Amino acid sequence: MQDHSEELLEDLLNKALKIRRHIVNMIYAAGSGHPGGSLSIADVMTALYFHELRHDPKKPKWDERDRVVLSKGHCAPALYATLAENGYFPVDDLKNLRQMGHYLQGHPCMRKVPGVDMSTGSLGQGLSVAVGMAIAGRLDMQDYRVFAILGDGECDEGQVWEAAMAANHFGLGNLVAIVDRNGLQIDGPTEEIMSQEPMPKRWRAFGWHVIEIDGHDMNEILRAFHEADHVNDHPVVIIANTIKGKGVSFMEGTLSFHGSPPSKEQYEKAVGEFDRAEEKLRLLGV
Amino acid sequence: MDGKVRMMSMRDSYSSALIELGRKNHNVIVCDADLALSTKTKRFGMQFPERFFDFGIAEANMMSAAAGMASCGKIVFASSFAAFATGRCYDQIRQSIAYPRLNVKIVATHAGISVGGDGASHQMIEDMAIMRAIPNMTVIAPADGNEAEAVIKAVAEFDGPCYVRMGRADYPVVFDNLDGFRIGKAVTLREGNGITLVSTGVMLSETIKAAEILSCEGIDARVLHVHTLKPIDSDAISKASKETGAIVTVEEHSIIGGLGSAVAEVTSEEAPCRITRVGIRDCFGESGDGNELMKKYGLDADNIVAAAKGLLGAK
Ligand SMILES: Cc1ncc(C[n+]2csc(CCOP(=O)(O)OP(=O)(O)O)c2C)c(N)n1
Ligand SMILES: [Mg+2]
Repeated sequence: MQDHSEELLEDLLNKALKIRRHIVNMIYAAGSGHPGGSLSIADVMTALYFHELRHDPKKPKWDERDRVVLSKGHCAPALYATLAENGYFPVDDLKNLRQMGHYLQGHPCMRKVPGVDMSTGSLGQGLSVAVGMAIAGRLDMQDYRVFAILGDGECDEGQVWEAAMAANHFGLGNLVAIVDRNGLQIDGPTEEIMSQEPMPKRWRAFGWHVIEIDGHDMNEILRAFHEADHVNDHPVVIIANTIKGKGVSFMEGTLSFHGSPPSKEQYEKAVGEFDRAEEKLRLLGV
Repeated sequence: MDGKVRMMSMRDSYSSALIELGRKNHNVIVCDADLALSTKTKRFGMQFPERFFDFGIAEANMMSAAAGMASCGKIVFASSFAAFATGRCYDQIRQSIAYPRLNVKIVATHAGISVGGDGASHQMIEDMAIMRAIPNMTVIAPADGNEAEAVIKAVAEFDGPCYVRMGRADYPVVFDNLDGFRIGKAVTLREGNGITLVSTGVMLSETIKAAEILSCEGIDARVLHVHTLKPIDSDAISKASKETGAIVTVEEHSIIGGLGSAVAEVTSEEAPCRITRVGIRDCFGESGDGNELMKKYGLDADNIVAAAKGLLGAK
């Protein structure tokens, strides 16, 4: 397996930074939302939508498209930013997140937002939905793949494991789960609230092909997708080890930015950090 | 109706209708949760094994997966007992099926106390209340095996989430001709201006019996069958209220949140009248013979007659 070109990696890193800026801008403008988990999944989401997925933003309902279920629906800002930057709807609309009368609901709504394949918000259901989509794809003899993005706290829900069981039982090689392993849920670290370890072993025991990566290393993310692509007889789970709040120093690894917006001062500080990160990427650039 | 009573299983009608639909449309998929022999969806599974999915005893997973299939263009029937199909997965139905308005038909069997021996754990009496409260959900309770078949075919044509409620037992056949069946359109089985008996689901035959008894006693009862609890036929109900001035509602369901509540909601806003609700009076059922339980809990013609007379006496 070859490493991906410097150019591609750099492009994706720049895009991920853009997505992070949107996430913080949107949540600051809305005055509410979930920055922590949106920032931790931003790199994976960027790689997925700008590189991995078969999709066409001009045809959001294209039958043959790969499906994505953002099971951790509270991270809608990451999804909306990525969809907008892909051209599903105007980037300018992002500022209307959570505003009355606008379509960007606090949690994803498939009937309102182009590119959203399933409405989510109640944790624990997305992998089951993805199982249904994968079954439908197989019945229709379509070769699309289905991606479900889960939180690590979300894996407390028993339904996740019902779905894990079913995916293996039905032999869904067209299904990829991604667990955002940021180690935090609302009430504390996952290992204190409800332990998830040994996470890889659990998924393996349920019959899944497990790939563990650093979820902020673009090269590893792309390699994981590549590997997942070549496993066709089992469902695949990518456990992405991440940092909640990644990219904004004072949000990183904290509980407090799970579901709170930054204050004005914090917002300005975050913008400053993004500016410096952008400058750094530019200097590194070819 | 002719003189002798013919009995019929709704579940048999359900599975026959499914097989017919499955033959015509390869997008019809059936899911069950380890009750396929009881709900009789297994018959579909034998005919179309590739389009039948048993999810095991995991109703929540089944409902969300059904939503996923529907989002890819499938017409999905998902079955279990009413107690589990609604009670175990209210949130999945709300979030994954109803909110995104997906084409999933929840067909629940073994509703109500006529389930009999299994007792209260299996006698679902609040399913219509729960389902009716969810936006986008259509709720239908057919009266007999023939109507059940018409309902299954109608919901397959209809684009959107539906809850269809069926009982376990064999029930007297009321309908021969269902050409006129329409979702949301109540059926008048007997004209009358003294009082209206409004029934839903399998209570229709006892309700007709009650109207016959009342007629012998000089009370001219109208019988209105409200198979669709939501969207409810408010025109027919308002009209009955205005023309007869008194309504008895009859359902094999709690008097809280089901037909009785729905009729009271319509009349109190549009055409107030006195109402008595015949149904399970906010209590759990118990084990016993289904027919005897129905009598014990007041779900028979005699009690409907008594309720009607009581109401008229009080008017
Ligand atoms: C069924 C359900 N219960 C509770 C919540 C409230 N809630 C929103 S986010 C969250 C914590 C999620 O933690 P995790 O899955 O680890 O997400 P992340 O860390 O990626 O934000 C909870 C409990 C919910 N949305 N759904
Ligand atoms: Mg987490």
